[in-house]
Amino acid sequence: MSASGAWMVSLVLAPLLAASIALVVGRRSGPYAALAAAAAIVCSLAGLIGQLERHGAAASAVGGWGSPLGIQLHADGLSVLMLLMSALVGVGVTAYAWGYFGLARRRDEPFNAAASRARESFWPLWLFAWGGLHALFLSGDIFNLYVALELLTLSAVGLIGLANQRTASFAALRYLLASLVGSLFYLLGVALLYGEYAVLDCQRLLELVQGTRATTCALALMTLGLMLKTALFPLHFWLPLAHGNSPAPVSALLSSLVVTACFYAILRLWCTVFANAGTPGAGMLLALLGAAAIVYGSLQAICQQRLKMLIAYSTVAQVGYLFLGFAFLGRSASAVLAWQGVVYYALSHACAKGAMFLAAGSIMRSAGHDQLEGLAGIGKQLPVSVFAFGLAGMSLMGLPPSGGFVGKWLLLRAALEAGLWWVAVTILAGGLLAAGYTFPLLERALANRAEPWVARRVPRGMELASLVLALCAVALGLVAAQPLELLEIGAPFQPLASQEANP
Amino acid sequence: MSWSQCLPLLVVASSLLPGIVIFFLPEERRSWRTTLNLSGALGKIVLVALMLWGVFQGERFVVRYSLLPNVEFRLHADPLSLLFVTLSATLWLLTTIYAIGYLEGSPNRSRFFGFFSLCVAATTGIAVAGNLLTFLIFYELLTLATYPLVVHRGTTQSLSAGRIYLAYTLAGSAALLLGVVWLSSFVGTPEFIEGGYLDEVDPRHQGSLVRIFALMILGVGVKAAIVPLHGWLPSAMVAPAPVSALLHAVAVVKAGAFGVVRIVYDVFGVEFCSTLGVTEPLAMAAAVTIVYGSIRALYQDDLKRRLAFSTVSQVSYIILGTAVLGPLATLGGIVHLVHQGVMKITLFFCAGNLAEALGVHRVSELNGVGRRMPWTMAAFTVGALGMIGVPPTAGFISKWYLAMGASAAEEPWYILVLVVSSVLNACYFLPIVYAAWFKQPAGPWPVDQRAGRLETKLSLLVPTIATALLVVGFGLLASVWFSPLGWASLIVEREYQR
Repeated sequence: MSASGAWMVSLVLAPLLAASIALVVGRRSGPYAALAAAAAIVCSLAGLIGQLERHGAAASAVGGWGSPLGIQLHADGLSVLMLLMSALVGVGVTAYAWGYFGLARRRDEPFNAAASRARESFWPLWLFAWGGLHALFLSGDIFNLYVALELLTLSAVGLIGLANQRTASFAALRYLLASLVGSLFYLLGVALLYGEYAVLDCQRLLELVQGTRATTCALALMTLGLMLKTALFPLHFWLPLAHGNSPAPVSALLSSLVVTACFYAILRLWCTVFANAGTPGAGMLLALLGAAAIVYGSLQAICQQRLKMLIAYSTVAQVGYLFLGFAFLGRSASAVLAWQGVVYYALSHACAKGAMFLAAGSIMRSAGHDQLEGLAGIGKQLPVSVFAFGLAGMSLMGLPPSGGFVGKWLLLRAALEAGLWWVAVTILAGGLLAAGYTFPLLERALANRAEPWVARRVPRGMELASLVLALCAVALGLVAAQPLELLEIGAPFQPLASQEANP
Repeated sequence: MSWSQCLPLLVVASSLLPGIVIFFLPEERRSWRTTLNLSGALGKIVLVALMLWGVFQGERFVVRYSLLPNVEFRLHADPLSLLFVTLSATLWLLTTIYAIGYLEGSPNRSRFFGFFSLCVAATTGIAVAGNLLTFLIFYELLTLATYPLVVHRGTTQSLSAGRIYLAYTLAGSAALLLGVVWLSSFVGTPEFIEGGYLDEVDPRHQGSLVRIFALMILGVGVKAAIVPLHGWLPSAMVAPAPVSALLHAVAVVKAGAFGVVRIVYDVFGVEFCSTLGVTEPLAMAAAVTIVYGSIRALYQDDLKRRLAFSTVSQVSYIILGTAVLGPLATLGGIVHLVHQGVMKITLFFCAGNLAEALGVHRVSELNGVGRRMPWTMAAFTVGALGMIGVPPTAGFISKWYLAMGASAAEEPWYILVLVVSSVLNACYFLPIVYAAWFKQPAGPWPVDQRAGRLETKLSLLVPTIATALLVVGFGLLASVWFSPLGWASLIVEREYQR
């Protein structure tokens, strides 16, 4: 096995191994297992990036078994950027959860069965989800993609159910049903493709696929299933409740990583398997839904009274940006630029949204609630968290210097070059609407408070974790050249760009 | 890259770093905060002086860094940026001294001075920005850093002023962003250059260029408070006096006006602008703003509101000077960038002194205030005379060159605008001066805080008098090479070289 292959395997196996240890040993091993996994992931990712920079995109058949039986791993610029995102947010959330759940029950804390169950179950579930994410980003064939998706969503369902509330179990159940339907659609699509071409490998499919009726069906089914999992408007119904009621680290993971991972699956399918089958009309439909999501999600977010629901609706809106890239199908010149913008936007959105949910969690811990009305003067209590929230908001609004700005800059540039005016206007309007839901909290943070605070202590590590993630979102706006160079490895969007050449 | 090349970066850092450190200082560390603030401000002045010397010798400082493929983050120091940097660095020092005195004992000072320094860092960045992308970055940073200052008092009124401020400025930035990206899709984002860089663009795209110009002017026009984009400025006067000084003289409004100058001269080029036919509407908008602002100022009883409308009017002098073709008008416009700053900051310092020492906020309460606060009112009088354009103040110099420029460009209408506006200036400033010196006080002042034998705290008085002296000094010494006028003629020479 090549060096890059070893790094890829280690990226997938490290969290899964740690999850098994946390599950089997139980009790207090979880946080330490996660710490070890995080260290292993960071090292492996650094190793993988080093290999890819030298040798270009890599593929590896695990254990020497080629397709269709074995597990085919594949890494190019797109997967690396997604892995980078998962490492950044994953490490941040792990650090945060360390303080959020606490290593053990404090002496002065009364015994609470639910809290201690959440404290123990969080770690294995999160580590399984982390492994699932990495498997998804590195999958080279559509069936492994399915397995990774299942691993990811099932752990996510478990994570949502951690909160000890009726709404949480309801939300978890709804998410479970939605994502099972999504998986079913996806699997049907896989079956159709396999029936048609007898191949599961993405790169092989790219060469074979033609616009037959079965292929079109598979394309529609798989995209629809994944749209449901990505919560693209109007299939977002499950998201706000699930993301708005989970424990803070879980909300952060779901909104920043899980949703983006499902989007990654769509993108990967469209720019490999279906590069020659996806029509500009279908792409335009997806982009229009994205634009609708931006407007609808933002307006809903502005109307929310609860901070976490507000952030959850903001995710509905931000997912819309990712789909704007589909408007560029069949416009070879600007398509690559647009997809670079989309991927960069996804990366910075993940950091910003993670930071936002984590900051909201600290605020909720301190104030005991997250009703916006009652948060006047919070800036004096939790200056670091509020600052983190503000920085993250800056990235979501797309104001410079931030990763969100770079993403929007690239997308806007592509839109103007392609003459897609409605895309440009949507992007700008979305930024203004984002200000509309970011500033209510900041305004209250700066307001005077008449009545005194009864604030609970928040571990310093929680506040810092959210700040670091927010700073990552800002830093992405300052060092954009290097990640964008990474994205070029293996030219992941080439099949889309050369689409016109071989219709 | 030698160390001296880094100067533009260091100038930005000289207020950015103290700002970041101040955020982490506990509220009661007063002396630390003061030391940091003042050493940042003084250090900045030293750095600016070094750059001034270098640029005068013909050196050009450039810092560049590749932000995106084919897109650079670029800082450079040309004469125009130095004019603005020098202005903001000098006034920042004075405003910092003033703010330390003004906010003594009030809550949230670490937060205040942190954002205050960020604001100035952003302004400096705007001044030394070497291309449109860099300009945009600092321009947005300024919006965000000013917001907490506008709502600093945390009252319902100041929160709503903050909301209005954001609504205007963020909408403006969206327009600016669109304009910048659109333009970059034609020519990329090259460096600002005297005479502009759009000559090479295919003439077929002229229609698009006109729209881009409109978008960009809309974007910077919000901060420059061109009517009808001025709504935020009068409402933002609920902020504390040092913030008003920052908004009106040091940073925000100035950044807008500076943006207009940059876009007209160093992106489009003034001659190309007039080929496109966009200078005429811009000059019209400026003329309307000048007259409208003055008329509205007449009817304001709140002193700071009156001053705010006066700013709306005065800043458009800069834009008028920019939009009228010809070196003399340009000279008048650019020099007014500095002159308006020192005059308006003097007036706002005075308004702050009156509010702080006597609790007086309204024009109608000013009767006889000259006897109680002679130094403050003397400074106010100098500032007011400058605004009207009485020789030998700085305001006279600006108006003189603007009028000469208008007549050289054969646009007598604009001379009329200047005359009308000066008459209106006199109408809303002279009654204040008269009432302060010659009328009898109606009764005891709402509050009366003396600081020993002085009329108010020394830290409030010194900056006020210093800026008033600058107003006279810039007028008297206008013909010396290191005066704002001297420096502005250096800029104009370069703009019209081509």
